[in-house]
Parts: sequence; C-alpha cells; structure tokens
Amino acid sequence: MSDHPSSVISARVRHVEALLESRGLLEDGEIDGRIDEFLAGGSPANGARIAARAWVDPGFAERLLADANGAIRELGFSMAGGLQEQRLKVVANTAEEHNVVVCTLCSCYPIALLGPSPGWYKSEAYRSRVVRDPRGVLREFGLELPERTRISVWDASAESRYMVVPRRPEGTEGLSEEQLAGLVTRKGLIGTAAV
Amino acid sequence: MADLAPGMRVRTRTTDPDGHTRLPRYVRGAVGVLVEEAGRHPLADDRARGRAGAPQPVWHVRFAAADLFGSGAHTVTVELWADYLIPIEEHP
Repeated sequence: MSDHPSSVISARVRHVEALLESRGLLEDGEIDGRIDEFLAGGSPANGARIAARAWVDPGFAERLLADANGAIRELGFSMAGGLQEQRLKVVANTAEEHNVVVCTLCSCYPIALLGPSPGWYKSEAYRSRVVRDPRGVLREFGLELPERTRISVWDASAESRYMVVPRRPEGTEGLSEEQLAGLVTRKGLIGTAAV
Repeated sequence: MADLAPGMRVRTRTTDPDGHTRLPRYVRGAVGVLVEEAGRHPLADDRARGRAGAPQPVWHVRFAAADLFGSGAHTVTVELWADYLIPIEEHP
C-alpha cells in the first residue's frame, strides 16, 4: 500500500490491518499472500492469446462473445482466481464499432487476463473524461478513428469484468496464432489503441 | 413491476444515498435501453452496509451520450442493479 496516492488512506489501512492481526483475525502477512495469489499468472499475454484465437477461429470468437467465461476455459484460463468467479464480458471491435472500457466508480479490471491495471486506467482524468468524450481521449492516446466508426464505452460499474478484442491488422494472413498474439497490446485489449 | 427484458427502456432512479452506491451520478435519472443481463448479485449498497440482500439481476444498460451529457454521438453502457431501474411504460 506504500505507493497509494493518499497517505491518509494508507495509514488507515495499515492501522486496520495491524488491529486485525493483533486480534488473531488475520495471520501476519496474510493480505500480501492473498494479493500475490490473486495476481499470480495475471498478464496481458493471456488476453493476447484469447484475442489471437478469436482472430483465427470464428467459432471460438462467437463463443467468446456469447459466454466469455466458458470460452476462455478452452484455453486454460479462468476468472475464478478471486473469492468468487467473476463474469467476463468480451466485446469485439469492427470497422463499424469501436469499444473502450473504463470503470468510472473505481478501477475494476480483469487482472487474470491483463495483469495489474496501468496507472492511467485508475486516474480520475481517464475515468471521468472517456465517458464524455471518448473520441477526444482516444485521439490523445494516438488513436484517430474514422468519423463513421461508432464508439461504445463500457463502464465496469458492477460485477463484470471486460475485455476488448481489437481488430486484426491487415496483412497478417500469413502469421501463426502465436505471432498474432505477439501483436496484441494491453491498450488494445482495453480499447485505447488499435493493433 | 414489469419483468425486465432486453430492449426495454428504463429510467434510472435519482436517489442520492448517504452511503455507498454503484449507481454512477452521471446516469441518475437518465433513460437507457436494457442490453443483456449480467448475472445476479446482492445490491452493492446493502452489502456495503453489512446487510444481507437477495441476489437480483444486474443489467448492461445502454445510454446515448447526448441523453447523458447533452452532446456526443457515442453510447455508454453501464452495469446496473435492477433496483436502480424503473421500466418506462410504453403507450401504444
């Protein structure tokens, strides 16, 4: 917690943790252990593998958009690493529609598939502005979308977690699934960049 | 109250509770369309107050940016508990 932007909150959390430990409700270091377990294996490489499979296998892509939790199990991934399985909602970008994900209330994020979230994802500037002016925010990320492309913003305001399948780049017909996964970036999986 | 179903138009509540809620301020009182059910969960407001609540449907609700902010051609899809939503009676 040492790098939390609010030192008041940090101090309070440390105090509560110490009280819970002194009363035997928590083992020493139990919270760190639980956080490590939750983060273990979480990496944008996982989301990239899912996106690449969706590019090469239309049947998988269809299952992924209809029932993401079931589909990612085919690749050995799961959203059940926390206290309970989280519902995953996957949306796919097309020439007509671009999707971008935000959590306006806090910073909900699919850690198992994307690893820890980037700092900008948690910033008030991103969270407050992308719902109002996504085209402008995406332009600041260097993504200029054609006027005809509709933008859909998804606010992770409740229990689901979200991932975007970016558009497959042109000229990649000859690449293997593994090579395709290597093209997919974390920003691409959030919707703030093209691939 | 009518059962919620995809395609139904709903208005969100305008209540401003003292404690935790997961009805974002920017969608309060706005009209949106139900897209898809997103599972069932106890109301976050109750859980934050230590109250046991029965699981209820949570919905992806799509709003036109112009209805939320007065401008913008995009949509914003927000995930909202059924308790936050009032179905709009359609008058044929």
